Amino acid sequence: MKPRKFSYVRAGSVAEVLELLDRYGEDARVLAGGQSLMPTLNMRLSEPKVLIDINRIEALKGISVRDGPVRIGTVTRHAEVMRSAIVAEHLPLITEAMPHVAHVAVRNRGTFGGSIALADPAAEMPACALALGARLVLESVGGRRSIAADDYFKGLYDTERRPDELLVEALIPVPKPNTVSVFMELARRHGDFAIAGVAFQLQMEGDVVADGRLVYFGSEEKPTLAKGALAAIKGRPLGESSAEAAAAALDGDLAPISSAQGSAKMRLHLQRVLTRRALAVARERASGRAKAA
Amino acid sequence: MSDEEHLPISLTVNGERVTRMVPVRQHLVDFLRTDLGLTGSHLGCEHGVCGACSVRVDGAVVRGCLMLAVQADGTEVVTIEGLAESGEIADLQEGFVARNALQCGFCTPGMLMTAAELLAAGAPATREEIRTHLSGNYCRCTGFHAIVDAVETTLAARLKKS
Repeated sequence: MKPRKFSYVRAGSVAEVLELLDRYGEDARVLAGGQSLMPTLNMRLSEPKVLIDINRIEALKGISVRDGPVRIGTVTRHAEVMRSAIVAEHLPLITEAMPHVAHVAVRNRGTFGGSIALADPAAEMPACALALGARLVLESVGGRRSIAADDYFKGLYDTERRPDELLVEALIPVPKPNTVSVFMELARRHGDFAIAGVAFQLQMEGDVVADGRLVYFGSEEKPTLAKGALAAIKGRPLGESSAEAAAAALDGDLAPISSAQGSAKMRLHLQRVLTRRALAVARERASGRAKAA
Repeated sequence: MSDEEHLPISLTVNGERVTRMVPVRQHLVDFLRTDLGLTGSHLGCEHGVCGACSVRVDGAVVRGCLMLAVQADGTEVVTIEGLAESGEIADLQEGFVARNALQCGFCTPGMLMTAAELLAAGAPATREEIRTHLSGNYCRCTGFHAIVDAVETTLAARLKKS
């Protein structure tokens, strides 16, 4: 349970990280909060030659919003995101999801960008990034590019990021007015990895769903946009019959994986249960907002 | 051992300045336990699941096994020894005794470290919220009920006082 030997570099700047990634490629691992990487090092499932610690790079920290999207720097701790007034105001989906991210000690150290970079299929932040239509900004010595979350998550722990690239920040569009969001997940115990989970964002016109993004996670190899479920509720008022139609449409949207935590059939069932529950909450929130306005 | 990479670190542990050379792959709790003899932080699972190794780094409770000792360079670390000595959780410790909130005691330092953060926040919390806050710390003896009791009564007493 002790890591194999590695070389450690405490990077002082993004440029230094990019040079190291360029030189070492897959032999290097970037150490952000370490809440997933450190266990794999301790268990020797991961044996990098070089560990590049980015925790001291101030340029990679912080949350801001200025005439455009909310920017969340890669090494912003989950605890900071959870407490952020900017996130609570503009991205309530993330604020609602945060208490589900592991436990207090892990949130104090784990980072927003680290979670996105790892792309664990049961993790909350990748699902939120996809539901919110985030863009993920990658840098390498060759330059900078930004990728839509829709294209970023490719599979099980697999993303568009190349080994020579560093995820530097997420840019998350501020939802339009009349948007409601709901986050829910099911886990064996609080803070455990989700067996099934949903991150919904719905744009309402009165009580009718004008558009939205319905993301499912925990049951799939990657966070998954459910287009059939959206089609089932789009243009209709939120209610039991549209929720039932969305739940039925999941047959075509999802292909759950089986594991010790639950069979594919059970996970699909749970996602349907969550769909009904989350759309009921969305309906309450939408009508609450309409009354307040 | 000649190819074992070492780096110097300088940090504050329980209020005292400490400077040492550490292997870069050594995690924080191994450093605290073996180099400094602070064996109150326990190593249970060593992969971030059990919470027995919880320590406070720069004011926030973290998993001591999921942080390298080199990463603690320049930080302020408080272990259960320092926290107990400071008197900050004397009431919580008494609460644990009064409620029988420990049997073997292996999880207790981590429980106290984690509960201390909830108490320090100074906000009311339901039993369910206390359970959620402690959900990352495993106890295999008590069934948790007595631990929640101890935290609940300590929190209530503090809120009454303030």
